[in-house]
Amino acid sequence: MRRTMLFLPGNSPNMIINGGILGADSIIFDLEDAVSPDEKDSARILVSSVLREMAFPGCEIIVRINGLDTPYWEKDVEAIVPVHPALLMPTKVSGADYIQTLSEKMALEENKCGIEEGSIGLIPLLETTLGIENAFQIAKADKRMVALYLGAEDLTADLRCKRTKQGNEIFYSRSRLVCAARAAGIEAYDTPFTGVDDLEGLEEDALLAKSLGFTGKAVISPRHVECVNRVFSPSAADIKYAKDVFNALEEGKRLGKGAVSLRGKMIDAPVVARARQVLESAEAIWGGIHQ
Amino acid sequence: MKITKYAVAGTLESSDAMVTVEPNDVLEIEIESVVLAEYGQQIRCTVEQALRQLGVTAAKVHISDRGALDCVLSARLQTAVHRGKGID
Repeated sequence: MRRTMLFLPGNSPNMIINGGILGADSIIFDLEDAVSPDEKDSARILVSSVLREMAFPGCEIIVRINGLDTPYWEKDVEAIVPVHPALLMPTKVSGADYIQTLSEKMALEENKCGIEEGSIGLIPLLETTLGIENAFQIAKADKRMVALYLGAEDLTADLRCKRTKQGNEIFYSRSRLVCAARAAGIEAYDTPFTGVDDLEGLEEDALLAKSLGFTGKAVISPRHVECVNRVFSPSAADIKYAKDVFNALEEGKRLGKGAVSLRGKMIDAPVVARARQVLESAEAIWGGIHQ
Repeated sequence: MKITKYAVAGTLESSDAMVTVEPNDVLEIEIESVVLAEYGQQIRCTVEQALRQLGVTAAKVHISDRGALDCVLSARLQTAVHRGKGID
C-alpha cells in the first residue's frame, strides 16, 4: 500500500534517519532537486551508507535519481542499486527509450552485485509535456514499471502556465496520466501539494486526486502525511458498503437469483470490482482489522 | 594511499559530522564531538575502521561530530577521502 510518498533530502542525515517514523507508506530519498550540484557525491554516498546499515520497518524505500541528461545518473545507479531499494524514481521521463536505457544500466549493476535482475522497480516522474503525451508508452516500457508519478511544478513551466492551488491547468495531465497508468495495469501517484501550512488546501487537493483515480500522493512535508493517508484510505462507510456488496451477492446466490441489488441499486461487475478494491486496500493498510 | 589535497564533507547540523582531510606524512586523527565523553572511543573506532577500508594510511583527519550515527560518519569520511583523492 502506497498512499503517501514522503520526499526527504538526500544529504540531510537528520531527516533521513528519522524518515521511518513519520507515518508515510513510502519514503523517497532525493538525490535530485534537493541536492546542490556540489553535494551530489556526498548525498549519493550518504543514502547508500544509511540504506546499507539502517532498516525502515513498514516503509517502502524509493530513491529519486538524477536525470539521464545529467552527468550524475549513472553514478547514482551504481551507488544505489547494490543497497536494493524497492524502487528508483527517474526524473523528467519523456519517452519509453529513457526507461529502457535506465533499466539496462540497472540490470548491469544488479548482475554485478548478485541481485535478481529486475527486482528493483521503477516509478518514473512525468513532468514534461512530452512525458505526459507519451504516458502510456512509458507505462508499458519495461517490466520494472510499477507506477507513474506526476510532477506538476516542472510540467506547468513546460506548459507555460502558472501553477495554481485549484490545479485547473493540470487537470488534463492528471487525467491522462491516470488513464495511461490504469491501461497499462500499474498505479498512478499525484504531485505534491506545495503549501506546507495550508492543510485545508492539501485535503481538497488530495480529495480531487483521489476522485480522478490516483492511488496516492507524494508529499514534501511530514505535516502532510496524516491528511493524505486519511484521504487515500477507505472510510468505514466504504468498507461497510463493500462488505454489504459481497454479503448481498452471497445471499442472492443462495436464493438462486440471477440479478442482485443493494440499497436500490443493481450490483454489477464494476460495483463488485470497486468493492473488492476497497477491501483489498483495507487489508493492506490495517491487515484485516477493518477499522 | 595518500590524500593529495585538502577536502571537506558534511555539515555542522545535528546528526551530521563535518570531516576535513588534508595531506600529511602520517595518519593523524582529531575528533571533536558533542558526545565525546560518552562515545569518543566508539567514534574513534568507526573512524579508524572507515579509513582502513578506504585504504588511507597517511592524512590529517579532523572530525567535528554533531551526534552522527556510525553510517553517517562513515559516509562523510568516504566523501571527504574521495574528494581529497580527486575521485568524483
